[in-house]
Amino acid sequence: MSRILVIAEHDGSTLNASIAKTVACAAQIENAEIDVLVLADAAGPIAAEAASLASVSRVLTIESESNAHPLAALLAPQIVAAAQNYTHVFGPSTTFGKDLMPRVAALLGVNQISDIMSVAGSHEFKRPIYAGNVVVTLSAPADVIVVATVRTASYKAVATGNSAPIESISVDADLPTHTRFVDAQAGSSDRPDLQTAAVVVAGGRALGSVENFDLIYTLADKLGAGVGASRAAVDAGYVANELQVGQTGKIIAPDLYIAIGISGAIQHLTGIKDAGTIVAINKDEEAPIFEVADIGLAGDLFTVVPELTEALG
Amino acid sequence: MDKILVGLKRVVDYNVRVRVKSDGSGVETDGVKMSINPFDEIALEEALRIKESGGASEIVVVSVGTSEAQQQLRTGLAMGADRAILITTDDAPDVLSCARALLEIVNREDPGLVIVGKQAIDDDNAQTGQMLAALWGRPQATCASKIELDGDKAIITREIDVGMERIEIDLPAVVTADLRLNEPRYVKLPDIMKAKKKPLDEIAFAELGVEAGPQIAHSSYEPPSERDKGVMVDDVQGLVTSLKDRGLL
Ligand SMILES: Cc1cc2nc3c(=O)[nH]c(=O)nc-3n(C[C@H](O)[C@H](O)[C@H](O)COP(=O)(O)OP(=O)(O)OC[C@H]3O[C@@H](n4cnc5c(N)ncnc54)[C@H](O)[C@@H]3O)c2cc1C
Repeated sequence: MSRILVIAEHDGSTLNASIAKTVACAAQIENAEIDVLVLADAAGPIAAEAASLASVSRVLTIESESNAHPLAALLAPQIVAAAQNYTHVFGPSTTFGKDLMPRVAALLGVNQISDIMSVAGSHEFKRPIYAGNVVVTLSAPADVIVVATVRTASYKAVATGNSAPIESISVDADLPTHTRFVDAQAGSSDRPDLQTAAVVVAGGRALGSVENFDLIYTLADKLGAGVGASRAAVDAGYVANELQVGQTGKIIAPDLYIAIGISGAIQHLTGIKDAGTIVAINKDEEAPIFEVADIGLAGDLFTVVPELTEALG
Repeated sequence: MDKILVGLKRVVDYNVRVRVKSDGSGVETDGVKMSINPFDEIALEEALRIKESGGASEIVVVSVGTSEAQQQLRTGLAMGADRAILITTDDAPDVLSCARALLEIVNREDPGLVIVGKQAIDDDNAQTGQMLAALWGRPQATCASKIELDGDKAIITREIDVGMERIEIDLPAVVTADLRLNEPRYVKLPDIMKAKKKPLDEIAFAELGVEAGPQIAHSSYEPPSERDKGVMVDDVQGLVTSLKDRGLL
Protein backbone atom coordinates (compact mmCIF):
# COMPACT_ATOMS: atom_id res chain seq x y z
CA MET A 1 0.00 0.00 0.00
CA SER A 2 1.14 3.54 -0.72
CA ARG A 3 0.76 6.28 1.86
CA ILE A 4 0.80 9.65 0.17
CA LEU A 5 1.18 13.00 1.86
CA VAL A 6 0.00 15.97 -0.23
CA ILE A 7 1.30 19.38 0.84
CA ALA A 8 -1.47 21.97 0.73
CA GLU A 9 -0.87 25.30 -0.98
CA HIS A 10 -3.04 28.14 0.30
CA ASP A 11 -3.12 31.89 0.68
CA GLY A 12 -3.88 31.89 4.40
CA SER A 13 -7.60 31.50 3.98
CA THR A 14 -8.44 29.30 1.00
CA LEU A 15 -6.97 26.15 -0.50
CA ASN A 16 -5.26 26.64 -3.86
CA ALA A 17 -7.08 25.02 -6.79
CA SER A 18 -3.92 23.08 -7.64
CA ILE A 19 -4.39 20.83 -4.61
CA ALA A 20 -7.55 19.11 -5.88
CA LYS A 21 -5.53 18.27 -9.00
CA THR A 22 -2.52 17.07 -7.03
CA VAL A 23 -4.87 14.78 -5.09
CA ALA A 24 -6.27 13.55 -8.44
CA CYS A 25 -2.77 12.51 -9.47
CA ALA A 26 -2.13 10.79 -6.12
CA ALA A 27 -5.44 8.95 -6.47
CA GLN A 28 -4.17 7.34 -9.68
CA ILE A 29 -1.76 5.31 -7.62
CA GLU A 30 -3.44 2.03 -6.80
CA ASN A 31 -4.24 1.23 -3.23
CA ALA A 32 -3.19 4.62 -1.94
CA GLU A 33 -4.12 6.31 1.28
CA ILE A 34 -3.95 10.07 0.76
CA ASP A 35 -3.46 12.58 3.57
CA VAL A 36 -3.27 16.34 3.05
CA LEU A 37 -0.95 18.40 5.24
CA VAL A 38 -1.90 22.02 5.90
CA LEU A 39 0.85 24.19 7.37
CA ALA A 40 -0.68 27.52 8.29
CA ASP A 41 -1.08 30.21 10.87
CA ALA A 42 -4.75 29.30 11.27
CA ALA A 43 -5.66 26.19 9.29
CA GLY A 44 -9.43 26.04 9.93
CA PRO A 45 -11.13 26.94 6.62
CA ILE A 46 -8.24 25.60 4.54
CA ALA A 47 -8.35 22.24 6.28
CA ALA A 48 -12.12 22.11 5.87
CA GLU A 49 -11.74 22.63 2.13
CA ALA A 50 -9.09 19.92 1.94
CA ALA A 51 -11.31 17.55 3.92
CA SER A 52 -14.06 17.95 1.35
CA LEU A 53 -11.88 16.60 -1.47
CA ALA A 54 -12.72 13.11 -2.73
CA SER A 55 -10.03 10.43 -2.14
CA VAL A 56 -8.60 12.23 0.90
CA SER A 57 -8.35 10.00 4.00
CA ARG A 58 -7.22 12.55 6.56
CA VAL A 59 -6.25 16.17 6.81
CA LEU A 60 -3.35 16.99 9.12
CA THR A 61 -2.68 20.50 10.31
CA ILE A 62 0.40 22.13 11.78
CA GLU A 63 -0.60 25.54 13.05
CA SER A 64 2.01 28.09 14.01
CA GLU A 65 2.71 31.75 13.45
CA SER A 66 5.86 30.86 11.55
CA ASN A 67 3.67 29.14 8.95
CA ALA A 68 1.81 32.36 8.14
CA HIS A 69 3.82 32.72 4.92
CA PRO A 70 5.01 29.91 2.68
CA LEU A 71 8.78 30.07 3.23
CA ALA A 72 10.38 26.87 1.97
CA ALA A 73 13.24 27.05 4.46
CA LEU A 74 10.73 26.95 7.35
CA LEU A 75 8.18 24.57 5.88
CA ALA A 76 10.64 21.93 4.66
CA PRO A 77 11.93 20.69 8.03
CA GLN A 78 8.35 20.37 9.34
CA ILE A 79 7.33 18.39 6.25
CA VAL A 80 10.37 16.14 6.63
CA ALA A 81 9.32 15.40 10.21
CA ALA A 82 5.70 14.79 9.22
CA ALA A 83 6.61 12.58 6.25
CA GLN A 84 8.30 9.84 8.24
CA ASN A 85 5.64 7.18 7.72
CA TYR A 86 4.77 7.98 4.14
CA THR A 87 5.89 6.38 0.89
CA HIS A 88 5.24 9.53 -1.18
CA VAL A 89 5.15 13.31 -0.64
CA PHE A 90 3.48 15.28 -3.42
CA GLY A 91 3.14 19.00 -4.04
CA PRO A 92 1.73 20.97 -6.97
CA SER A 93 4.16 22.22 -9.61
CA THR A 94 3.23 25.81 -8.92
CA THR A 95 5.85 28.35 -7.83
CA PHE A 96 5.00 27.24 -4.26
CA GLY A 97 5.64 23.55 -4.89
CA LYS A 98 8.66 24.07 -7.11
CA ASP A 99 10.28 26.19 -4.44
CA LEU A 100 9.51 23.81 -1.61
CA MET A 101 9.68 20.20 -2.78
CA PRO A 102 13.36 20.06 -3.85
CA ARG A 103 14.30 21.38 -0.41
CA VAL A 104 12.19 18.65 1.20
CA ALA A 105 13.76 15.99 -1.05
CA ALA A 106 17.33 17.10 -0.33
CA LEU A 107 16.68 17.05 3.43
CA LEU A 108 15.29 13.53 3.04
CA GLY A 109 18.36 12.54 1.01
CA VAL A 110 16.44 11.61 -2.14
CA ASN A 111 16.06 12.92 -5.65
CA GLN A 112 12.87 14.69 -6.62
CA ILE A 113 10.58 14.12 -9.59
CA SER A 114 9.25 17.33 -11.18
CA ASP A 115 5.97 17.74 -13.07
CA ILE A 116 4.36 14.29 -13.02
CA MET A 117 1.97 14.20 -16.01
CA SER A 118 0.88 10.59 -15.71
CA VAL A 119 1.16 7.70 -13.31
CA ALA A 120 2.21 4.30 -14.63
CA GLY A 121 2.66 2.65 -11.23
CA SER A 122 3.38 3.53 -7.64
CA HIS A 123 6.98 4.33 -8.56
CA GLU A 124 6.70 4.88 -12.30
CA PHE A 125 5.76 8.23 -13.78
CA LYS A 126 5.87 10.24 -16.98
CA ARG A 127 7.02 13.83 -17.15
CA PRO A 128 7.76 16.39 -19.86
CA ILE A 129 11.29 17.66 -20.53
CA TYR A 130 12.74 20.06 -23.13
CA ALA A 131 9.79 22.45 -22.88
CA GLY A 132 7.37 19.57 -23.37
CA ASN A 133 8.96 18.36 -26.61
CA VAL A 134 9.94 15.06 -25.03
CA VAL A 135 8.14 12.84 -22.55
CA VAL A 136 10.30 10.65 -20.32
CA THR A 137 9.26 7.66 -18.23
CA LEU A 138 10.93 7.52 -14.83
CA SER A 139 11.12 4.84 -12.19
CA ALA A 140 11.90 5.87 -8.67
CA PRO A 141 13.62 3.39 -6.35
CA ALA A 142 11.04 1.49 -4.30
CA ASP A 143 13.03 1.50 -1.05
CA VAL A 144 13.06 5.27 -0.50
CA ILE A 145 10.37 7.92 -0.21
CA VAL A 146 9.13 9.47 -3.49
CA VAL A 147 9.12 13.26 -3.46
CA ALA A 148 7.43 14.82 -6.47
CA THR A 149 5.57 17.75 -7.93
CA VAL A 150 2.46 17.25 -10.03
CA ARG A 151 1.90 19.02 -13.34
CA THR A 152 -1.57 20.21 -12.43
CA ALA A 153 -2.59 20.99 -16.05
CA SER A 154 -2.54 17.22 -16.66
CA TYR A 155 -5.25 16.55 -14.07
CA LYS A 156 -8.87 17.45 -13.44
CA ALA A 157 -9.75 18.40 -9.91
CA VAL A 158 -11.22 15.59 -7.77
CA ALA A 159 -14.84 16.00 -6.74
CA THR A 160 -15.83 17.56 -3.44
CA GLY A 161 -18.38 16.36 -0.88
CA ASN A 162 -16.05 14.25 1.21
CA SER A 163 -15.68 14.89 4.93
CA ALA A 164 -12.33 13.47 5.91
CA PRO A 165 -11.27 13.77 9.55
CA ILE A 166 -9.06 16.72 10.46
CA GLU A 167 -6.26 16.20 12.99
CA SER A 168 -3.92 18.75 14.45
CA ILE A 169 -0.38 17.40 14.77
CA SER A 170 2.85 18.75 16.16
CA VAL A 171 6.29 17.96 14.87
CA ASP A 172 9.74 18.25 16.26
CA ALA A 173 11.66 20.44 13.83
CA ASP A 174 14.29 23.14 14.12
CA LEU A 175 13.12 26.19 12.24
CA PRO A 176 15.76 28.56 10.87
CA THR A 177 15.48 32.33 11.36
CA HIS A 178 17.61 33.19 8.32
CA THR A 179 14.65 33.68 5.97
CA ARG A 180 11.94 36.26 6.58
CA PHE A 181 8.83 37.28 4.69
CA VAL A 182 8.64 40.98 3.79
CA ASP A 183 5.56 41.50 1.65
CA ALA A 184 3.66 40.24 -1.36
CA GLN A 185 1.89 41.96 -4.17
CA ALA A 186 -0.88 40.05 -5.86
CA GLY A 187 -2.11 41.15 -9.23
CA SER A 188 -5.61 42.45 -8.65
CA SER A 189 -8.13 41.38 -11.21
CA ASP A 190 -11.82 40.60 -11.25
CA ARG A 191 -11.27 38.33 -14.22
CA PRO A 192 -11.18 34.55 -13.87
CA ASP A 193 -7.86 33.20 -12.67
CA LEU A 194 -5.56 32.32 -15.56
CA GLN A 195 -4.78 28.91 -14.11
CA THR A 196 -8.34 27.76 -13.66
CA ALA A 197 -10.31 29.74 -16.27
CA ALA A 198 -12.29 27.69 -18.80
CA VAL A 199 -11.53 30.25 -21.48
CA VAL A 200 -8.27 32.22 -21.82
CA VAL A 201 -7.55 35.05 -24.25
CA ALA A 202 -3.84 35.77 -24.64
CA GLY A 203 -1.93 38.52 -26.39
CA GLY A 204 1.62 38.71 -27.70
CA ARG A 205 4.20 41.21 -28.80
CA ALA A 206 2.02 42.24 -31.74
CA LEU A 207 -0.27 44.19 -29.40
CA GLY A 208 2.46 46.80 -29.31
CA SER A 209 1.42 48.79 -26.24
CA VAL A 210 -0.32 48.75 -22.88
CA GLU A 211 -3.25 50.65 -24.41
CA ASN A 212 -3.66 48.23 -27.28
CA PHE A 213 -3.77 45.35 -24.81
CA ASP A 214 -7.25 46.63 -23.95
CA LEU A 215 -8.38 44.82 -27.09
CA ILE A 216 -7.49 41.58 -25.30
CA TYR A 217 -9.26 42.57 -22.06
CA THR A 218 -12.41 43.64 -23.90
CA LEU A 219 -12.64 40.38 -25.79
CA ALA A 220 -11.85 38.43 -22.62
CA ASP A 221 -14.63 40.19 -20.73
CA LYS A 222 -17.11 39.37 -23.50
CA LEU A 223 -16.19 35.71 -23.12
CA GLY A 224 -15.88 35.71 -19.31
CA ALA A 225 -12.30 34.66 -19.93
CA GLY A 226 -9.02 34.89 -18.08
CA VAL A 227 -6.16 36.81 -19.69
CA GLY A 228 -2.71 35.49 -20.57
CA ALA A 229 0.32 36.74 -22.47
CA SER A 230 3.52 35.66 -24.17
CA ARG A 231 6.88 36.40 -22.63
CA ALA A 232 7.50 39.10 -25.22
CA ALA A 233 4.34 40.92 -24.12
CA VAL A 234 5.36 40.66 -20.46
CA ASP A 235 8.94 41.74 -21.12
CA ALA A 236 7.66 44.73 -23.08
CA GLY A 237 5.66 45.71 -20.02
CA TYR A 238 2.19 45.39 -21.59
CA VAL A 239 1.04 43.15 -18.72
CA ALA A 240 2.26 41.85 -15.36
CA ASN A 241 4.58 38.86 -15.13
CA GLU A 242 2.00 36.57 -13.56
CA LEU A 243 0.11 36.50 -16.88
CA GLN A 244 2.96 34.78 -18.74
CA VAL A 245 2.02 31.45 -20.25
CA GLY A 246 4.67 28.90 -21.15
CA GLN A 247 7.69 26.89 -20.09
CA THR A 248 8.70 29.48 -17.55
CA GLY A 249 5.28 30.96 -16.95
CA LYS A 250 2.04 29.13 -16.34
CA ILE A 251 1.11 25.76 -17.78
CA ILE A 252 -2.63 25.91 -18.37
CA ALA A 253 -5.38 23.69 -19.71
CA PRO A 254 -8.48 25.80 -20.49
CA ASP A 255 -11.28 24.44 -22.71
CA LEU A 256 -10.60 27.30 -25.12
CA TYR A 257 -7.36 29.25 -25.65
CA ILE A 258 -7.31 32.19 -28.05
CA ALA A 259 -3.77 33.28 -29.01
CA ILE A 260 -3.65 36.72 -30.56
CA GLY A 261 -0.50 38.09 -32.17
CA ILE A 262 1.57 35.29 -30.65
CA SER A 263 4.04 33.50 -32.95
CA GLY A 264 3.99 30.13 -31.19
CA ALA A 265 7.56 29.66 -29.90
CA ILE A 266 8.09 26.22 -28.32
CA GLN A 267 8.48 27.87 -24.93
CA HIS A 268 5.00 29.33 -25.30
CA LEU A 269 3.37 26.24 -26.78
CA THR A 270 4.42 24.04 -23.90
CA GLY A 271 2.13 26.09 -21.70
CA ILE A 272 -1.00 25.35 -23.77
CA LYS A 273 -0.53 21.77 -24.98
CA ASP A 274 -3.43 20.55 -22.88
CA ALA A 275 -5.92 23.22 -23.93
CA GLY A 276 -9.14 21.79 -25.34
CA THR A 277 -9.37 24.04 -28.40
CA ILE A 278 -6.64 26.44 -29.52
CA VAL A 279 -7.62 29.39 -31.70
CA ALA A 280 -4.86 31.45 -33.34
CA ILE A 281 -5.17 34.90 -34.84
CA ASN A 282 -1.99 36.01 -36.57
CA LYS A 283 -1.28 38.01 -39.69
CA ASP A 284 1.51 35.69 -40.76
CA GLU A 285 0.07 32.54 -42.37
CA GLU A 286 3.37 30.78 -41.75
CA ALA A 287 3.44 31.47 -37.99
CA PRO A 288 4.20 28.26 -36.05
CA ILE A 289 1.15 28.84 -33.84
CA PHE A 290 -0.99 27.63 -36.78
CA GLU A 291 0.69 24.20 -36.59
CA VAL A 292 -0.95 23.56 -33.22
CA ALA A 293 -4.11 25.65 -33.63
CA ASP A 294 -7.43 23.84 -33.99
CA ILE A 295 -8.90 26.92 -35.61
CA GLY A 296 -6.65 29.44 -37.36
CA LEU A 297 -7.50 32.84 -38.74
CA ALA A 298 -4.83 34.66 -40.75
CA GLY A 299 -5.46 38.37 -40.41
CA ASP A 300 -4.55 41.64 -38.78
CA LEU A 301 -5.54 41.51 -35.12
CA PHE A 302 -6.38 45.22 -35.10
CA THR A 303 -9.30 44.54 -37.46
CA VAL A 304 -10.08 40.93 -36.52
CA VAL A 305 -10.28 41.33 -32.75
CA PRO A 306 -12.71 44.30 -32.68
CA GLU A 307 -14.82 42.47 -35.28
CA LEU A 308 -14.85 39.32 -33.16
CA THR A 309 -15.75 41.25 -30.01
CA GLU A 310 -18.57 42.89 -31.96
CA ALA A 311 -19.79 39.58 -33.40
CA LEU A 312 -20.11 38.14 -29.89
CA GLY A 313 -22.84 40.69 -29.22
CA MET B 1 31.42 40.24 -0.10
CA ASP B 2 34.48 38.46 -1.41
CA LYS B 3 33.05 36.02 -3.80
CA ILE B 4 29.95 35.02 -5.74
CA LEU B 5 29.68 31.51 -7.11
CA VAL B 6 27.56 31.02 -10.24
CA GLY B 7 26.43 27.66 -11.63
CA LEU B 8 26.53 27.26 -15.42
CA LYS B 9 25.00 24.24 -17.16
CA ARG B 10 25.72 23.24 -20.74
CA VAL B 11 22.39 22.53 -22.45
CA VAL B 12 20.90 22.17 -25.92
CA ASP B 13 20.38 25.71 -27.24
CA TYR B 14 16.87 27.03 -26.69
CA ASN B 15 16.31 27.50 -30.43
CA VAL B 16 16.87 23.83 -31.22
CA ARG B 17 13.83 21.64 -31.71
CA VAL B 18 15.00 18.48 -29.97
CA ARG B 19 14.25 15.02 -31.28
CA VAL B 20 13.93 11.71 -29.50
CA LYS B 21 16.38 9.03 -30.70
CA SER B 22 14.62 6.43 -32.85
CA ASP B 23 15.16 3.69 -30.24
CA GLY B 24 13.69 5.85 -27.47
CA SER B 25 16.92 5.68 -25.44
CA GLY B 26 17.37 9.42 -25.15
CA VAL B 27 17.41 12.72 -26.94
CA GLU B 28 19.48 13.38 -30.07
CA THR B 29 22.34 15.69 -29.10
CA ASP B 30 24.91 14.81 -31.79
CA GLY B 31 25.77 17.86 -33.85
CA VAL B 32 23.23 19.96 -31.98
CA LYS B 33 24.10 23.51 -30.92
CA MET B 34 24.89 23.70 -27.21
CA SER B 35 24.81 26.84 -25.04
CA ILE B 36 24.83 28.07 -21.47
CA ASN B 37 21.42 27.46 -19.95
CA PRO B 38 19.70 30.85 -20.48
CA PHE B 39 18.74 31.19 -16.81
CA ASP B 40 22.34 30.55 -15.75
CA GLU B 41 23.45 33.28 -18.13
CA ILE B 42 21.08 35.63 -16.31
CA ALA B 43 22.54 34.41 -13.00
CA LEU B 44 26.05 35.23 -14.19
CA GLU B 45 25.00 38.63 -15.54
CA GLU B 46 23.58 39.50 -12.13
CA ALA B 47 26.78 38.44 -10.38
CA LEU B 48 28.84 40.56 -12.78
CA ARG B 49 26.63 43.58 -12.15
CA ILE B 50 27.01 43.14 -8.40
CA LYS B 51 30.78 43.02 -8.83
CA GLU B 52 30.78 46.05 -11.13
CA SER B 53 28.86 48.06 -8.58
CA GLY B 54 31.38 47.16 -5.90
CA GLY B 55 29.32 44.50 -4.14
CA ALA B 56 31.71 41.61 -4.73
CA SER B 57 35.35 41.17 -5.63
CA GLU B 58 35.44 37.84 -7.47
CA ILE B 59 33.04 35.85 -9.64
CA VAL B 60 33.65 32.11 -9.93
CA VAL B 61 31.68 30.04 -12.44
CA VAL B 62 31.25 26.32 -11.85
CA SER B 63 29.80 23.58 -14.00
CA VAL B 64 29.19 19.88 -13.59
CA GLY B 65 29.58 18.16 -16.95
CA THR B 66 31.76 16.54 -19.57
CA SER B 67 34.97 18.23 -20.67
CA GLU B 68 32.95 19.88 -23.44
CA ALA B 69 31.38 22.13 -20.82
CA GLN B 70 34.71 23.99 -20.94
CA GLN B 71 33.19 25.89 -23.88
CA GLN B 72 30.37 27.25 -21.76
CA LEU B 73 32.74 28.10 -18.90
CA ARG B 74 34.98 29.96 -21.38
CA THR B 75 31.94 31.91 -22.52
CA GLY B 76 31.24 32.71 -18.88
CA LEU B 77 34.82 33.91 -18.46
CA ALA B 78 34.44 36.01 -21.61
CA MET B 79 31.32 37.57 -20.13
CA GLY B 80 33.48 38.66 -17.20
CA ALA B 81 33.81 35.87 -14.64
CA ASP B 82 37.25 35.71 -13.04
CA ARG B 83 37.75 31.99 -12.67
CA ALA B 84 36.09 28.73 -13.63
CA ILE B 85 35.80 25.29 -12.10
CA LEU B 86 34.68 22.27 -14.10
CA ILE B 87 33.61 19.20 -12.18
CA THR B 88 34.15 16.58 -14.86
CA THR B 89 32.02 13.50 -15.29
CA ASP B 90 31.09 11.43 -18.31
CA ASP B 91 27.65 10.46 -17.16
CA ALA B 92 24.91 12.90 -16.26
CA PRO B 93 24.73 12.78 -12.48
CA ASP B 94 21.36 13.05 -10.71
CA VAL B 95 20.40 16.44 -9.27
CA LEU B 96 21.04 15.49 -5.65
CA SER B 97 24.56 14.32 -6.49
CA CYS B 98 25.14 17.55 -8.42
CA ALA B 99 23.98 19.57 -5.45
CA ARG B 100 26.30 17.57 -3.18
CA ALA B 101 29.19 18.21 -5.57
CA LEU B 102 28.37 21.92 -5.64
CA LEU B 103 28.27 21.93 -1.85
CA GLU B 104 31.84 20.59 -1.86
CA ILE B 105 32.88 23.53 -4.03
CA VAL B 106 30.92 25.93 -1.80
CA ASN B 107 32.76 24.57 1.23
CA ARG B 108 36.11 25.07 -0.47
CA GLU B 109 35.37 28.50 -1.91
CA ASP B 110 33.23 29.96 0.88
CA PRO B 111 31.19 32.35 -1.31
CA GLY B 112 28.95 35.07 0.14
CA LEU B 113 26.29 34.30 -2.44
CA VAL B 114 25.50 31.52 -4.91
CA ILE B 115 23.39 32.36 -7.94
CA VAL B 116 22.09 29.70 -10.35
CA GLY B 117 19.31 29.64 -12.95
CA LYS B 118 15.82 28.81 -11.71
CA GLN B 119 15.67 25.84 -14.06
CA ALA B 120 17.68 24.21 -16.82
CA ILE B 121 15.84 24.16 -20.11
CA ASP B 122 16.85 20.58 -20.91
CA ASP B 123 15.43 18.54 -18.03
CA ASP B 124 13.24 21.43 -16.77
CA ASN B 125 13.75 20.14 -13.22
CA ALA B 126 14.10 23.44 -11.33
CA GLN B 127 15.74 21.77 -8.32
CA THR B 128 19.49 22.38 -8.07
CA GLY B 129 19.47 25.71 -6.21
CA GLN B 130 16.94 24.57 -3.64
CA MET B 131 18.78 21.29 -3.02
CA LEU B 132 22.09 23.07 -2.59
CA ALA B 133 20.52 25.53 -0.15
CA ALA B 134 18.99 22.67 1.85
CA LEU B 135 22.24 20.71 2.08
CA TRP B 136 24.15 23.86 2.96
CA GLY B 137 21.58 24.75 5.62
CA ARG B 138 21.25 28.26 4.16
CA PRO B 139 18.39 30.42 2.79
CA GLN B 140 17.04 30.02 -0.72
CA ALA B 141 15.30 32.63 -2.83
CA THR B 142 13.98 31.11 -6.05
CA CYS B 143 12.63 32.86 -9.16
CA ALA B 144 14.36 36.13 -8.33
CA SER B 145 13.54 39.19 -10.40
CA LYS B 146 15.45 41.62 -8.18
CA ILE B 147 18.34 41.31 -5.73
CA GLU B 148 19.03 44.12 -3.25
CA LEU B 149 22.12 43.52 -1.14
CA ASP B 150 22.38 45.16 2.23
CA GLY B 151 25.47 44.14 4.19
CA ASP B 152 25.06 40.59 5.41
CA LYS B 153 21.41 40.50 4.27
CA ALA B 154 19.56 40.73 0.99
CA ILE B 155 16.03 41.51 -0.06
CA ILE B 156 14.94 39.36 -2.95
CA THR B 157 11.89 40.03 -5.10
CA ARG B 158 10.48 36.72 -6.34
CA GLU B 159 8.12 36.06 -9.23
CA ILE B 160 5.35 33.88 -7.85
CA ASP B 161 2.09 32.63 -9.37
CA VAL B 162 -0.06 35.42 -7.97
CA GLY B 163 2.41 38.24 -8.55
CA MET B 164 5.50 39.27 -6.62
CA GLU B 165 6.84 38.45 -3.19
CA ARG B 166 9.76 39.96 -1.27
CA ILE B 167 11.75 38.01 1.27
CA GLU B 168 14.70 38.99 3.38
CA ILE B 169 17.52 36.48 3.68
CA ASP B 170 20.75 36.33 5.63
CA LEU B 171 23.89 35.72 3.60
CA PRO B 172 25.38 33.45 2.50
CA ALA B 173 22.44 32.12 0.54
CA VAL B 174 21.37 30.60 -2.76
CA VAL B 175 19.38 32.70 -5.21
CA THR B 176 17.87 31.33 -8.42
CA ALA B 177 17.46 33.68 -11.37
CA ASP B 178 14.20 34.25 -13.24
CA LEU B 179 13.87 35.74 -16.73
CA ARG B 180 13.30 39.32 -15.70
CA LEU B 181 16.25 39.65 -13.33
CA ASN B 182 18.26 41.26 -16.14
CA GLU B 183 19.22 40.97 -19.80
CA PRO B 184 22.62 39.30 -20.19
CA ARG B 185 25.35 41.16 -22.10
CA TYR B 186 26.78 40.04 -25.39
CA VAL B 187 30.29 38.73 -25.43
CA LYS B 188 32.77 40.78 -27.47
CA LEU B 189 35.63 39.29 -29.42
CA PRO B 190 38.48 40.81 -27.36
CA ASP B 191 36.85 39.37 -24.25
CA ILE B 192 36.93 35.92 -25.79
CA MET B 193 40.67 36.29 -26.33
CA LYS B 194 41.17 37.53 -22.78
CA ALA B 195 39.10 34.67 -21.39
CA LYS B 196 41.58 32.16 -22.79
CA LYS B 197 44.11 33.30 -20.20
CA LYS B 198 41.77 33.10 -17.22
CA PRO B 199 42.10 30.06 -14.94
CA LEU B 200 39.84 27.06 -15.57
CA ASP B 201 40.41 24.25 -13.08
CA GLU B 202 39.13 20.76 -13.59
CA ILE B 203 38.23 18.44 -10.74
CA ALA B 204 37.02 14.90 -11.38
CA PHE B 205 33.54 14.38 -9.96
CA ALA B 206 34.73 11.10 -8.42
CA GLU B 207 37.49 12.91 -6.52
CA LEU B 208 35.00 15.05 -4.62
CA GLY B 209 33.93 11.97 -2.71
CA VAL B 210 30.23 12.78 -2.81
CA GLU B 211 27.72 10.05 -2.25
CA ALA B 212 25.41 9.47 -5.22
CA GLY B 213 21.71 10.06 -4.57
CA PRO B 214 19.20 7.20 -4.84
CA GLN B 215 18.91 6.90 -8.62
CA ILE B 216 15.76 7.59 -10.55
CA ALA B 217 15.91 5.48 -13.73
CA HIS B 218 14.98 7.05 -17.06
CA SER B 219 13.46 4.10 -18.87
CA SER B 220 12.19 5.54 -22.14
CA TYR B 221 11.85 8.75 -24.09
CA GLU B 222 9.03 9.52 -26.51
CA PRO B 223 7.66 12.50 -28.41
CA PRO B 224 4.54 14.08 -26.88
CA SER B 225 1.19 13.09 -28.34
CA GLU B 226 0.34 15.24 -31.35
CA ARG B 227 -2.70 17.43 -31.53
CA ASP B 228 -5.11 16.77 -34.39
CA LYS B 229 -4.67 18.88 -37.48
CA GLY B 230 -6.72 22.07 -37.29
CA VAL B 231 -8.70 24.08 -39.81
CA MET B 232 -8.13 27.56 -41.21
CA VAL B 233 -11.14 29.85 -41.40
CA ASP B 234 -11.40 32.84 -43.76
CA ASP B 235 -12.94 35.46 -41.54
CA VAL B 236 -14.47 36.28 -38.18
CA GLN B 237 -17.82 34.80 -39.26
CA GLY B 238 -16.07 31.52 -40.02
CA LEU B 239 -14.39 31.60 -36.63
CA VAL B 240 -17.64 32.23 -34.79
CA THR B 241 -19.38 29.40 -36.68
CA SER B 242 -16.51 27.04 -35.96
CA LEU B 243 -16.58 27.87 -32.25
CA LYS B 244 -20.36 27.36 -32.17
CA ASP B 245 -20.02 23.99 -33.91
CA ARG B 246 -17.69 22.91 -31.12
CA GLY B 247 -20.10 24.10 -28.48
CA LEU B 248 -17.67 26.72 -27.26
CA LEU B 249 -19.96 29.70 -27.69
C1 LIG C 1 14.65 30.39 -21.48
C2 LIG C 1 13.46 30.92 -22.21
C3 LIG C 1 12.22 30.79 -21.64
C4 LIG C 1 11.10 31.29 -22.28
N1 LIG C 1 9.88 31.13 -21.70
C5 LIG C 1 8.78 31.61 -22.33
C6 LIG C 1 7.48 31.45 -21.77
O1 LIG C 1 7.30 30.90 -20.69
N2 LIG C 1 6.42 31.93 -22.46
C7 LIG C 1 6.56 32.57 -23.68
O2 LIG C 1 5.54 32.99 -24.25
N3 LIG C 1 7.77 32.73 -24.21
C8 LIG C 1 8.89 32.28 -23.58
N4 LIG C 1 10.11 32.48 -24.14
C9 LIG C 1 10.21 33.37 -25.32
C10 LIG C 1 9.86 32.72 -26.63
O3 LIG C 1 11.00 32.08 -27.16
C11 LIG C 1 9.38 33.80 -27.63
O4 LIG C 1 10.38 34.77 -27.76
C12 LIG C 1 8.09 34.50 -27.21
O5 LIG C 1 7.11 33.55 -26.88
C13 LIG C 1 7.60 35.36 -28.35
O6 LIG C 1 6.46 36.10 -27.99
P1 LIG C 1 5.41 36.56 -29.09
O7 LIG C 1 4.87 35.37 -29.79
O8 LIG C 1 4.47 37.47 -28.42
O9 LIG C 1 6.31 37.48 -30.02
P2 LIG C 1 6.82 37.24 -31.50
O10 LIG C 1 7.53 35.96 -31.62
O11 LIG C 1 7.51 38.47 -31.89
O12 LIG C 1 5.50 37.08 -32.33
C14 LIG C 1 4.62 38.12 -32.63
C15 LIG C 1 3.62 37.55 -33.62
O13 LIG C 1 2.63 38.53 -33.87
C16 LIG C 1 2.28 38.49 -35.25
N5 LIG C 1 1.76 39.82 -35.59
C17 LIG C 1 2.42 40.99 -35.69
N6 LIG C 1 1.57 42.00 -35.98
C18 LIG C 1 0.35 41.45 -36.05
C19 LIG C 1 -0.95 41.98 -36.30
N7 LIG C 1 -1.15 43.28 -36.54
N8 LIG C 1 -2.00 41.12 -36.30
C20 LIG C 1 -1.82 39.79 -36.07
N9 LIG C 1 -0.62 39.26 -35.82
C21 LIG C 1 0.46 40.07 -35.81
C22 LIG C 1 3.56 38.14 -35.96
O14 LIG C 1 3.27 37.53 -37.21
C23 LIG C 1 4.23 37.18 -34.97
O15 LIG C 1 3.87 35.85 -35.28
C24 LIG C 1 11.23 31.96 -23.52
C25 LIG C 1 12.50 32.08 -24.10
C26 LIG C 1 13.61 31.57 -23.45
C27 LIG C 1 14.95 31.72 -24.09
